[in-house]
Amino acid sequence: MNILVILVPVSLVLGGIWLGGFIWALKGDQFEDLEGDAQRILFDEADQPPEDTREG
Amino acid sequence: MTAACPACPPMPDTTGAAPEGGVQISLPTIHCAACMAGVERALSRVDGVISARVNLGLKRVRIETVPGLGAEPCLAAIRAAGYDALELDTDALGGEGDATGRSLLIAIGVAGFAMMNVMLLSVSVWSGATDATRDMFHWISAMIALPAVAYAGRPFFSSAWAALRAGRLNMEVPISLALILACGMSLYETLESGRHAYFDAALSLTFFLLIGRYLDHRTRIAARSAARELAALEPSRAERVTRGGTETVPVAQVQVGDLLHVPAGMRVPLDGVLIRGETTLDRGLVTGESQPMAAGPGDTLVAGEVNLSGAIKMRVTAVGDDTTLRRMAALVEVAETARNKYSGLADRAAAIYAPAVHLLALLAFLGWVWASGDLRLSLNIAIAVLIITCPCALGLAVPAVSTAASGRLFRRGVLLKNATALERLAEVDCVVFDKTGTLTDGRAIPQQGPDAAGMGVLKALALASHHPVARGLLAGLPDIVAADLTEVQEHRGDGVSATWQGRPVALGRGGWLGGTANPTLKIGDRLYPLQTGEQMRPGVAQAVAGLHAMGIDTLLLTGDTAHAADKIALAAGIAQAQADMRPEDKVRVLDGLRAQGRRALMVGDGLNDTPALASAFVSMAPASAMDAARVVSDMVLLNPDVSVLPEAVDLARRARKRIVQNFATAGLYNLVAVPLALAGFATPLMAALAMSTSSITVLLNALRMRT
Repeated sequence: MNILVILVPVSLVLGGIWLGGFIWALKGDQFEDLEGDAQRILFDEADQPPEDTREG
Repeated sequence: MTAACPACPPMPDTTGAAPEGGVQISLPTIHCAACMAGVERALSRVDGVISARVNLGLKRVRIETVPGLGAEPCLAAIRAAGYDALELDTDALGGEGDATGRSLLIAIGVAGFAMMNVMLLSVSVWSGATDATRDMFHWISAMIALPAVAYAGRPFFSSAWAALRAGRLNMEVPISLALILACGMSLYETLESGRHAYFDAALSLTFFLLIGRYLDHRTRIAARSAARELAALEPSRAERVTRGGTETVPVAQVQVGDLLHVPAGMRVPLDGVLIRGETTLDRGLVTGESQPMAAGPGDTLVAGEVNLSGAIKMRVTAVGDDTTLRRMAALVEVAETARNKYSGLADRAAAIYAPAVHLLALLAFLGWVWASGDLRLSLNIAIAVLIITCPCALGLAVPAVSTAASGRLFRRGVLLKNATALERLAEVDCVVFDKTGTLTDGRAIPQQGPDAAGMGVLKALALASHHPVARGLLAGLPDIVAADLTEVQEHRGDGVSATWQGRPVALGRGGWLGGTANPTLKIGDRLYPLQTGEQMRPGVAQAVAGLHAMGIDTLLLTGDTAHAADKIALAAGIAQAQADMRPEDKVRVLDGLRAQGRRALMVGDGLNDTPALASAFVSMAPASAMDAARVVSDMVLLNPDVSVLPEAVDLARRARKRIVQNFATAGLYNLVAVPLALAGFATPLMAALAMSTSSITVLLNALRMRT
């Protein structure tokens, strides 16, 4: 049963990574335009992420 | 176990606030990557544009510009690239960063994370972990669950607290109570090394209910932002005459006594008096009259009328809340409050459910205390009852269905503005139509037949006549020079005659000129039948037939003449038509229907329909309608085609059926689980199973609406 000492934290850390990633993506406006972002990969020229275009 | 895929975040519909000094443009026709690239490329070539990013989901582009650059060059560039572009009033759109939606999503994420981990630990407890291992797992669960519930459960706690403070019970009260009791009891059991801890139940309850919450929120926010977008479509500006010329200013800055210039084709921005110029006015949106009216110096102008033919100057007599438009809107508010009392299925279910659940739990507690005398056991059982009956599926039953149904209606061009509109639409048993602007296009149509010289004659004759029909004809004529006429004479009730280049010409009643069409143009001996005014919109007859097939009655109410009303009613297949109706008369008819127990759907667009729209059981206005009419309507028809009506009603009825089914499903699970809980056989495993399976069944059933 000593394996639990490793397994429980591992499961918590994995879940925590997922949660952190989700909140990070949410705050970074990545869910703003799901449909549009899906289509953008079809652009011939490289698309610039919103942050870069904003700076000009 | 809980296979509800907590790692799949639901699709958010958030819209960030516009950058300052930016421009937002609506792009109704874009649909693919090529459109996005085309628009962005076109905009990048405009001087002064710093950046532009298209949002395909919202069909909107947000442009950051150097200060002082207006929307016009951007609009021109997009139109030149071949896409429709409409400027949006950034002020009217407001700062709509959806903070609530975002915090709900984060709460869902937190609840999902905690649920996954606690479930992992619970599975080992259920499969037989005992003694120290079980205690340790319970302790770890408690450490994850307590902060997670405290954080993610806030929307429920605050709502329940607000309701309790106001002395009411709502759905959130039993939810909060179940959450707090489940956590409290589980903590106590953990301290006492007990067998059953309900941490996983408390978390999955939070998780599923938050999903319901979020779906509900998303439906509301989508409707609200679309309604705002409609309001923002026509930025209200006015051209103020100053000493140096004219300047364009927002309507809000215009003051009483200002002089405004209203070019042909523009809407009159405020109430006022015409002081210079001759024109025809389309009052259709304000009064419902289909014929354009002539206006000259001294005539009163009402905001919302469209100046059709000539440039005019007006002196403003009323601004802001004093305008006719606003006063009409104030009248409407009174009628609206009555309708807002409609309580949806969810509210009605909650009103029965919440007290019943509390009573059941209390009875279980008292019963077990009386039977066994063991307080701890009795409390355990009471809490198990509370958890199992907790309206988890109930919280999902309505929002999941209405999200799916309103998404489908939106794709068909019907926008739901009111949360209970869908449920009310399902109960409709008669449809009341307005004529002008709803079933017909009231605008004059261009003439064919006479050659260019003949058109000049027609214009001259029409100008000479004072008859409304002539004014209608005039509005439909292209911008041409009127012919020189002599010996102009108006024959009352018949028409106008004159002499043109030595030939007799006339415009008037067909019978008077020896023709059949009304009106007829006569040049020399030749007769030209002319087209007037109204044309029925496509799909009307089809819509009416579809509604009749569903057992829904139709009725036509119009401010127009009986002749015009009968003609359209016959063509559309509407059995009953009432003409010469003033706004009050329409309200009276609708009140009469209500008194008979009928549930009427009112479809109308004019300002004169606004009180009727507000007093109808449920109402719908085309997107082309007056602001006031759109504001009071429960639904907005995005394209002017009413043929979608039968489908919309059918969809609403199916959605309602689906909601009832969902309630029944949730009830069935309770029916099985509650007796077990009452008998004391409920375990955390059972609670988790019942909760997850009923929630997933309800969600899947709702998703069937999408296809």
